[in-house]
Amino acid sequence: MSNPGAATPPTGSPAAANAEAAYVRFDNVQKSYDGVTLVVKSLDLDIAKGEFLTMLGPSGSGKTTCLMMLAGFEPATHGEIFLDARPINKVPPHKRGIGMVFQNYALFPHMTVEENLAFPLEVRRMSRDEARQRVAKALEMVELPGFGGRRPAQLSGGQQQRVAVARALVFEPALVLMDEPLGALDKQLREQMQYEIKHIHENLGVTVVYVTHDQSEALTMSDRIAVFDDGIIQQLSTPDELYERPRNSFVAHFIGENNTLHGAVTEARNGECRVAVDGGGEVSALAVNVEGVNTRTTLSLRPERAEINPASTDGLNTLEGRVEELIYLGDHIRTRLTVAGHDDFIVKVPNTHAHRRLKVGEAATIAWLTEDCRALDPISK
Amino acid sequence: MAANAIEIPTSASGELLTADGRPLKESLQRSLRRRKLTALALVAPAVVFLFVLFGMPVLYLMTWSVDDTLINEVLPRTFDIYEQWDGEALPPEPHYEAMFKDIADATGIQIGRGSTRMNYAKSKWKSLMKKTKRKIKALLNENPDFAGPYKETLLEIDKRWGDIAFWHSLDIMKNPYTAGYYLNAFDLKYGFDNEIIQQPENRRIYKTLWIRTLLISFIVTAACLALGYPVAHLLATLPLRYSNLLMICVLMPFWTSLLVRIVAWMIMLQQEGVVNDTLVALHVVDDENRLPMMYNFTGTVIVMVQILLPFMILPVYSVMKGISPAYMKAAQNLGAPPAIAFLRVYVPQTLPGVGAGVILVFIVAIGYFITPELVGGKDGQMIGNYIARHLRSTLNWGLASAMGVILLAAILILYWVYDRVVGIDNMKMG
Ligand SMILES: Nc1ncnc2c1ncn2[C@@H]1O[C@H](COP(=O)(O)OP(=O)(O)O)[C@@H](O)[C@H]1O
Ligand SMILES: [Mg+2]
Repeated sequence: MSNPGAATPPTGSPAAANAEAAYVRFDNVQKSYDGVTLVVKSLDLDIAKGEFLTMLGPSGSGKTTCLMMLAGFEPATHGEIFLDARPINKVPPHKRGIGMVFQNYALFPHMTVEENLAFPLEVRRMSRDEARQRVAKALEMVELPGFGGRRPAQLSGGQQQRVAVARALVFEPALVLMDEPLGALDKQLREQMQYEIKHIHENLGVTVVYVTHDQSEALTMSDRIAVFDDGIIQQLSTPDELYERPRNSFVAHFIGENNTLHGAVTEARNGECRVAVDGGGEVSALAVNVEGVNTRTTLSLRPERAEINPASTDGLNTLEGRVEELIYLGDHIRTRLTVAGHDDFIVKVPNTHAHRRLKVGEAATIAWLTEDCRALDPISK
Repeated sequence: MAANAIEIPTSASGELLTADGRPLKESLQRSLRRRKLTALALVAPAVVFLFVLFGMPVLYLMTWSVDDTLINEVLPRTFDIYEQWDGEALPPEPHYEAMFKDIADATGIQIGRGSTRMNYAKSKWKSLMKKTKRKIKALLNENPDFAGPYKETLLEIDKRWGDIAFWHSLDIMKNPYTAGYYLNAFDLKYGFDNEIIQQPENRRIYKTLWIRTLLISFIVTAACLALGYPVAHLLATLPLRYSNLLMICVLMPFWTSLLVRIVAWMIMLQQEGVVNDTLVALHVVDDENRLPMMYNFTGTVIVMVQILLPFMILPVYSVMKGISPAYMKAAQNLGAPPAIAFLRVYVPQTLPGVGAGVILVFIVAIGYFITPELVGGKDGQMIGNYIARHLRSTLNWGLASAMGVILLAAILILYWVYDRVVGIDNMKMG
């Protein structure tokens, strides 16, 4: 089965095309609940029509707040939100025509599945026959035909989730919001639902704004990901870009597994820099986010981009380390080493016959290419 | 290669056995028995308590409401031969002799109670019996060997012994069980031939009373719902700071004596009370036309609503508290204006609480008596007041019991209707 989200980046970056034709636009939006702290600090975000955009960030970073402002349940303290080029700050929620999947589904417990799905059609005064057809179609789409007569309480978590998705789509909104819709499901079901939601998105061509704190979910499903922290978008990129070219230490740390080394910049030129690593040694790195010579920096290196005891160290950066732990994972061996005073340096050693088995306590040379190591903003150890 | 397996022993008949050779079923039951016994022992005190304090009184109530044995004990001889009388003319001598001897043997207390009972069947029995007892006692004091003629003597004592209606009225008292109290509770009674007839016009009071009791209960319940629902909603949705304060206001009545609250209402609502004074001062009403709001129907309703309001608010609140605000958001997100969302999504989910509140308030209201007693005046009296009166002053426990049983039946019918309409499982007391 192919993985449409992560494997192939979307053709033609939506970010480039949407400058004038953004379907959803946050224009310098700020939000404060208590008048003391800003929960959302100056949010500028353009979302293209048909895009699957994910807001990813730790709990409390303001993702739900952004969604609630878009759905109309929270007023923006400052700034304007546009939907299809129309300012919507003063439009009440029931007139926005935005579908939403709530975190705990919010299926009406006193109505059957069918009645739940028919509700948005009834309040739109659709004829009974047409409503019935639409409901049947929606149930088919989420593979739940025959469940229409049940109450939500008689469904499993996964089935409730499908009904919630169907209800958010049954009135054919152009924009659907989902707030951690898979948070309550177990791992296997969650992965299955990720694909299903992704397929529905592709088939219907709706615009989806998806909120999650699960980075693998975001990587799997999204066209673009907005990484939130502390009410600010830290980086807005496609999944591969986000993983391979994080622009700051927070993103590097939050997305995927990451080794960090601290040090000071000794030399910077041509987009590269030399860094004196705390605890000994000097290495080269891409100068992504450094202030200049003699400033502190944090180096970021993905575990699969480092090599242990390479045949030749020509053109490679090297540091000496000591093997602390070996975890056998079948296709690779997860090796934990002490490097430059940190005992949490991870290297994924491929389990190929060319590789000799390491031993705990052994000294080892770690090597990597300069372009795989990114010098980012300093974080305290 | 075979998978790992354990040999499980079986008996000759193929039943599974446990390790010590007993049949599995028996072992299972043995192991469960202890748990059952423990559970039983734990609930036993509650069950006994419930039976002694609730079950038995209700049983007694039901017995008393139909019990008519007292009179059979007072007049055993009379009732023994009563059947032999054809009922056409005055009974013959043996009947008078039986009556004479019954009265002579009865104690003063028995005559007192018995004649009270006889008076329910026909008025004047009481005075007749008391007078006769007195005279017979005097007569026997003078002449302990008196042996007749009885009929003549009784007629001499009081000429009412010659009124055949008194003798006829004994017929319905003969049966040790009677529906008379129930009939009485609906302004009915037995006629001469045991047919059911209306009470005389001036003694018909209970039917209006039942209707008024139901009316007051309905009005009070409806008013409590109308006033309590928004309060409960506020309680459930306000920020904690304000909702705590509001909750204190709701519970405040529970912290003050019922009497204090009623007196407060008297001060507010009487003719010279705060409300009337204010209205007069504002020239809304004339000084001569002060509104009568106390010692009548209105007073009863107002005070009862205030007293019973928490019984509505609390169960409704507890249900509302459990309704996630996400439902209202979802409904609006799906296109419903706030009012429609409220009616179609929020209100239906509060029904279990509303049902519990309605039933609770109605049940308490229908049996209420302190408030109507104090502020009800004449047209604010309820059935509870009469039950209390019959228990305390007229000592007509039979009638009081019958009314109690009718109240109980009304409540059970209400439950039944509720179960039919909403389903009792849906009720949430909190
Ligand atoms: N209704 C609210 N009132 C006050 N503060 C809120 C409210 N909702 C969220 N917050 C605060 O705003 C911040 C962001 O919350 P939220 O948007 O829910 O974050 P996320 O969805 O990313 O976990 C948190 O610090 C939270 O405590
Ligand atoms: Mg959230």
